[in-house]
Amino acid sequence: MTKRQKRMVAVGALVLGVGLAAALGFTAFRKNMMYFYTPSDLLAGKLAAGAALQLGGLVEKGSLKRGEGLAIEFVMSDCHNAVPVHYEGVLPDLFREGQGVIATGHMDAQNVFVASTILAKHDENYMPPNVAKAVGEVDGKHSCAPFKSVTTASSS
Amino acid sequence: MIPELGHFAVILALGVALLQAIVPLLGWRRRDARLLSFAGSAAQGQFLCVAAAYASLTYCFVTKDFSVAYVAENDHSQLPLIYRITAVWGAHEGSLLLWVLILSGWTLAVSVFNRRLPLDMSALVLSVLGMVSTGFYLFILLTSSPFTRLVPAPAEGHDLNPILQDPGLAIHPPMLYMGYVGFSVAFAFAIAALITGRLDAAWARWTRPWTTTAWMFLTMGITLGSWWAYKELGWGGWWFWDPVENASFMPWLAGTALIHSLAVTEKRGLLKSWTVLLAILAFSLSLLGTFLVRSGVLVSVHAFASDPSRGMFILAFMAVVVGGALTLYAWRAPKLVTTGELKLFSREGLLLFNNVFLVAACAAVLLGTLYPLALDAMHLGKISVGPPYFNAVFLPMITPLFLLVGLAAVVPWKRGDWRETVRRLRWPAVIAVILGVLLPFALHGRTTLLAATGALLGTWAIFAAAQDVWRRMRAKLEWRAGLRAVPRAVWGMTLAHIGLGIWALGVSGVISFGDEKDVRLARGAETELGGYSFRFQEAGEQSGPNYTAQQGTVLVEHGGRVVATLHPQKRLYPSQGTVLTESSIDAGLMRDLYVSLGEGYDDGSWSLRVYYKPMIRMIWLGGIFMFFGGLLAASDKRYRLARAAERRAIEIAEGAVA
Repeated sequence: MTKRQKRMVAVGALVLGVGLAAALGFTAFRKNMMYFYTPSDLLAGKLAAGAALQLGGLVEKGSLKRGEGLAIEFVMSDCHNAVPVHYEGVLPDLFREGQGVIATGHMDAQNVFVASTILAKHDENYMPPNVAKAVGEVDGKHSCAPFKSVTTASSS
Repeated sequence: MIPELGHFAVILALGVALLQAIVPLLGWRRRDARLLSFAGSAAQGQFLCVAAAYASLTYCFVTKDFSVAYVAENDHSQLPLIYRITAVWGAHEGSLLLWVLILSGWTLAVSVFNRRLPLDMSALVLSVLGMVSTGFYLFILLTSSPFTRLVPAPAEGHDLNPILQDPGLAIHPPMLYMGYVGFSVAFAFAIAALITGRLDAAWARWTRPWTTTAWMFLTMGITLGSWWAYKELGWGGWWFWDPVENASFMPWLAGTALIHSLAVTEKRGLLKSWTVLLAILAFSLSLLGTFLVRSGVLVSVHAFASDPSRGMFILAFMAVVVGGALTLYAWRAPKLVTTGELKLFSREGLLLFNNVFLVAACAAVLLGTLYPLALDAMHLGKISVGPPYFNAVFLPMITPLFLLVGLAAVVPWKRGDWRETVRRLRWPAVIAVILGVLLPFALHGRTTLLAATGALLGTWAIFAAAQDVWRRMRAKLEWRAGLRAVPRAVWGMTLAHIGLGIWALGVSGVISFGDEKDVRLARGAETELGGYSFRFQEAGEQSGPNYTAQQGTVLVEHGGRVVATLHPQKRLYPSQGTVLTESSIDAGLMRDLYVSLGEGYDDGSWSLRVYYKPMIRMIWLGGIFMFFGGLLAASDKRYRLARAAERRAIEIAEGAVA
């Protein structure tokens, strides 16, 4: 092969590889990406029951109820709207009423959010930026809940 | 006084780094040997300054000087001494100081070991490293000084995040930084080659041990991080495709591609500009990782609490470094003349495919990591891309790599021979197929497609690599002599490839046969998982140096015999009011039994998370094999001999000029 052909082969192989990666990537993307919602978003939009999504907000005070075994019910709110959440499993260490959490799951036919995993903020001062922003967009000051946002945490 | 000295030392280091960046460049323009040789002294001076700064911060931590804001934030009077020392890199500012300490350590190493290099090359490499250091010193001084005082000083510190109070974390960041920062050496060599236009076999031979060393530390850092996350986060997973994990994994993929393409550049003088591009890419991805972790754009367990000015600084710095490097590349790379020809069925051809797949895998990870961030930045909605995406993309992408890895030692440079290849690899192939079918049944009593594929690819990589050493052993009349004749570089490659095979066995095993469940157990109740019965016996109080804990006792039985007694804990660290789950693991090469405590209920029962994790240790064992493979390859004696020979040649040439 001449030098030119050689280079074409190399470039062709590279294009093939990257193309393969891109094709696989975008297909997998469409199937696996999840949108982040707040309770208000969720109630405003029409969403098919069963679509996977992430829901972020605050655990409303006094809403936590324990059922049989590991079943847990609580209400997730963003100061304006609230969505009931059902979860079965071990809660993260930092899960508490009044704290920001992110739940992954889907809405069922009764408009209850069925969570498969729940993430809580990972230390006293930190809360997921998604949640801080979602709550902040409502009143700008997160005043509806007793937690510090990320920005105040870093300046303290 | 001490913190001010530390701060002053960083300023001094900045000055020295600036000189180290500029003076050798001038020397190169003017062909002035005195200016060029200044680089080495500057590197040593800079290291002394940073070491002094680092020592003073450590001193503040050990003496609990809470008048320093960073110490007050991350230290506590009851923190054990070892964690007071490791707390230095427990948060953003201090870990950045560790970063520059390691960077100047690498620079020092280059200045010491590169005495055998031509003076201009070594000076230019140090100059580039000086530029990189300058950027990081500015970053520290402008946005993140760890020496800022707090007035009035608090009586007690805020304590190190309990999740970081773990031996795994004590060594994970230094290892990881050794890797990240180490790629700056490969980057500096690449830039120096672009400036001088000299990129030959000797250049590749100088660059290879540095790159391999950085790669091996990064491998170890990632392995340790995975192990730490497994035992400390209490989620039982070894890899979460968390953006911060990806941030360390992308440079690893690019670096792995780089050490392979460097081999082609050294042996065959091919893929020169590609190698240079990969060196730039690996370091750029390291910088990108730094940006992602420290700018607060990520939702992650690892994210440092941060402020936007830091993110902006790193982004600007990254733009300068990457933009500058790529501009230089576009301008100078066409001058890198490639000699020789590339046949696809030859070692260099196969290595080219290796590079294609590694870079494609890296691109897929990059896409999954950055796409959600880009969408968010453009206000197109917040999305997250979970493990299913990465598994769906990454696994098919690396499968061909396993097929290639078996051919690595067998197909020679220049031109491969199909018949010889088949002759030498038929037994490894037969063994791999047999074991691929039988191994899952033998170990777990059933099989899945993934388990069979993993066992097939894993044993193929292991036996094909071992076959090469076997052949070399048999080549001599006496097998010990044959074994001794195997060069370290070959041992290194063999070990690393065997490590990859072991990793594949572990990954496919734990994904296919691992099991987990959340249960609520009353005292004396039991649950079954993976053929083991877990009996929850009791829960009691325990206390540690700086925490109190509720400790459960779980008896694990298998076949009517007690195989383990586990003591998972729920710890309360009063200094921060933090609750932490401390899982309890019975580790074994073939399986881990893992229990973590959820919460206690009023009726005395507890929620528990129970895991059965077969072969998960193989994943980290594979990483350890790769680490030692890198160590052997980097210490191969031909690098030392070759350097000595080059040095003699240079001395003769310099003597002739003088």
